[in-house]
Amino acid sequence: MSKEKSSGKGARFGVAAVLILIVTIWTIPTLGVFITSFRDSKDIYSSGWWSVLPHKDLVKTGEFELPQDTDPNGLIVIEDHSAQFSEWRVGIELEEGRVLRWYGNKRSRKIEIFEEKWIGFGANLTLSNYRDVLAAGTITFEDASGNQITRQGNNFADAVLNSIAVAIPATIIPILIAAFAAYAFAWMEFPGRKPLFIMIVALLVVPLQIALIPILRDFTAWGLNGTFVSMWLAHTGFGLPLAVYLLYNYISTLPRDIFESAYLDGATPFVTFVRLVLPLSIPALASFAIFQFLWVWNDYLVALIFLGDKNRVVTSALAAMVGEKGQDWHLLTSGAFMSMIIPLVVFFALQRFFVKGLTAGSVKG
Amino acid sequence: MSTVLTKSPEKKVSHTVFLGLLTVIILIGGFNLLQQMQHIKVLMTLFAVVWGVGSTALLYFTLNSIAQTLPKKIRSVAVAMVFAGPAVILLFWALCIPALRSLWLSFFDATGTSFVGFKNYIFAFTNPAMVESFRNNLLWMIFGTSSCIILGILISVLADKSKHEKLFKSLIFMPMAISFVGAGVIWKFVYAYKGQGINIVEIGLLNAIMVGLGGESQPWLLIPFWNNFFLIFIMVWLQTGYAMVIISSAIKGIPGAIIEAAEIDGAGPFTIFFKITLPSIMPTVITVTTTILIFSLKLFDIVRVMTGGNYGTNVIANEFYLRQFSYGNTGQASAIAIVLLVVIVPVLFYNLKEFRNRKVLK
Repeated sequence: MSKEKSSGKGARFGVAAVLILIVTIWTIPTLGVFITSFRDSKDIYSSGWWSVLPHKDLVKTGEFELPQDTDPNGLIVIEDHSAQFSEWRVGIELEEGRVLRWYGNKRSRKIEIFEEKWIGFGANLTLSNYRDVLAAGTITFEDASGNQITRQGNNFADAVLNSIAVAIPATIIPILIAAFAAYAFAWMEFPGRKPLFIMIVALLVVPLQIALIPILRDFTAWGLNGTFVSMWLAHTGFGLPLAVYLLYNYISTLPRDIFESAYLDGATPFVTFVRLVLPLSIPALASFAIFQFLWVWNDYLVALIFLGDKNRVVTSALAAMVGEKGQDWHLLTSGAFMSMIIPLVVFFALQRFFVKGLTAGSVKG
Repeated sequence: MSTVLTKSPEKKVSHTVFLGLLTVIILIGGFNLLQQMQHIKVLMTLFAVVWGVGSTALLYFTLNSIAQTLPKKIRSVAVAMVFAGPAVILLFWALCIPALRSLWLSFFDATGTSFVGFKNYIFAFTNPAMVESFRNNLLWMIFGTSSCIILGILISVLADKSKHEKLFKSLIFMPMAISFVGAGVIWKFVYAYKGQGINIVEIGLLNAIMVGLGGESQPWLLIPFWNNFFLIFIMVWLQTGYAMVIISSAIKGIPGAIIEAAEIDGAGPFTIFFKITLPSIMPTVITVTTTILIFSLKLFDIVRVMTGGNYGTNVIANEFYLRQFSYGNTGQASAIAIVLLVVIVPVLFYNLKEFRNRKVLK
């Protein structure tokens, strides 16, 4: 509305500058992980991800050995320049853009020549990080000094499938159960309707930590630990208060006439629900579906406790990788992206519904 | 379905019995089949989705059919119970009863066998790890929440004046789609530290900037006390988008006429913001603040992944996890969970009061 009324050019420039600064801080870290996930493992250890951009840097152009009688403890003269070992070790710029640097320890007597050059666009990009992170067996890669490292793969392929097997039912089941309940609370009479609904409102903010230990005990007793069913049950239980509340707000505003005419046509409540209520409630169902899907897919705590190491989902696989392979950035970054790709696609494709659900759930709650 | 209704009562009953048996077979058989499919992952995933969703729908269909065979007098109540029952039972099982069971367990020892009185609560408020966690959660709640809200308001107000509002807001909002574990990896990489020494190239962005500006690289996550703020920033990064979206929609709801009138009276942008915008969005700001406060009280994943609660960064939810799963002390863990609940109870009552005032329930 007030877009045209911004006062003056200076103010508009200031607004844009602040926004661009914030957006830069908000996006650069993700971009860094994205770029790194395509870089060669050896490169990742030796340079920052921003070095894939064109820039001027010192590039090794050659090396030579000093005579065997060079005394590393005295003054060392190279190309008419004399300096101590420690200075050569750091590197000395003999002329503009040309640096000589002692390689390794005092005994090596090796000098490397570096020249400042424009580099970029020539970055080694690869998909092998993704191949390695998806793999289940042993994988090998090169570290900074070119050594072959062998590791056990983290089997992200299975983790993605497990996440799908957890997240899709754990999204649809609570919606179905909540929609039935919301319809009953809105349009049916039964004993305890009001107190039960007030209970649901109270449960909206209850921290799920309160429920984890008792539910874990139940699952252990029923032999459900580590199964997908346990995850569906837990996520359904935890998601229901918000689901019933949101869907109630929507379904209770549907016009009464449609239910009455359906009833006069002889339709049972079940038929009315399936043929009328569900199709009419699609915007509300979609809003909650996205919310619940992102929540379940990104959940770590519930998966950690009820699935454990059996049937690892992407978040637990990634967290386990942070613990085991904290410095293997080529695997961590590609793993992080594997875990983010599906929610990001869902998010950008259906952002409108998601925003609607968020505002409905929060402004009213 | 309409054909079922017109059939004779006996046939209807026998149909329903058959349907009930079929449902039980599909539920139990499907569960067992799913357990056997571990080695054919793709098929298992497909089956899990179809069976999980399908059997829930089937359960309602069957329960409704059973309710329809009941005498007319009780039928409508029975149908209502079929509709609302599963949700109510699940809520009791998943939240209400566990709260009572946790309360009960919190008065017992590590294995839940012998009564210990308030010992676990004395632990919860005096143990050094817990005291540190309370301090840190307070930092998260104060600095994390206020940063999210202030940034959320700032971005909403500024973006409202920008031509590229949608793009800016989309990018700020994007982290909402990223898991805390994923965000942990993203920021661990920003904070990466290689050590100090000759010709070491920092690959972490923050340390590269430090070195580039002539400073020394730092092990950000190991600096006592301040490391908490580097973790809190991750939550700000994740949650500002949420605050922004809600606050932004409240700002758009302010009638343009009010602002125009103020502009005609000669009010500047700051006067308009503090005299009109801020007071009108205050109820929304309070709702968002409580949501993020509760969120930062329960925060677990970020700390778990980044530091495991070490180096003075422990939080209550992580200590809960450690007590239950590392020390195997159910009593202490339950006491911590109850403490979390008690802290949230005022918000719970506030919600109920608001709910009553709005008279949503007919």
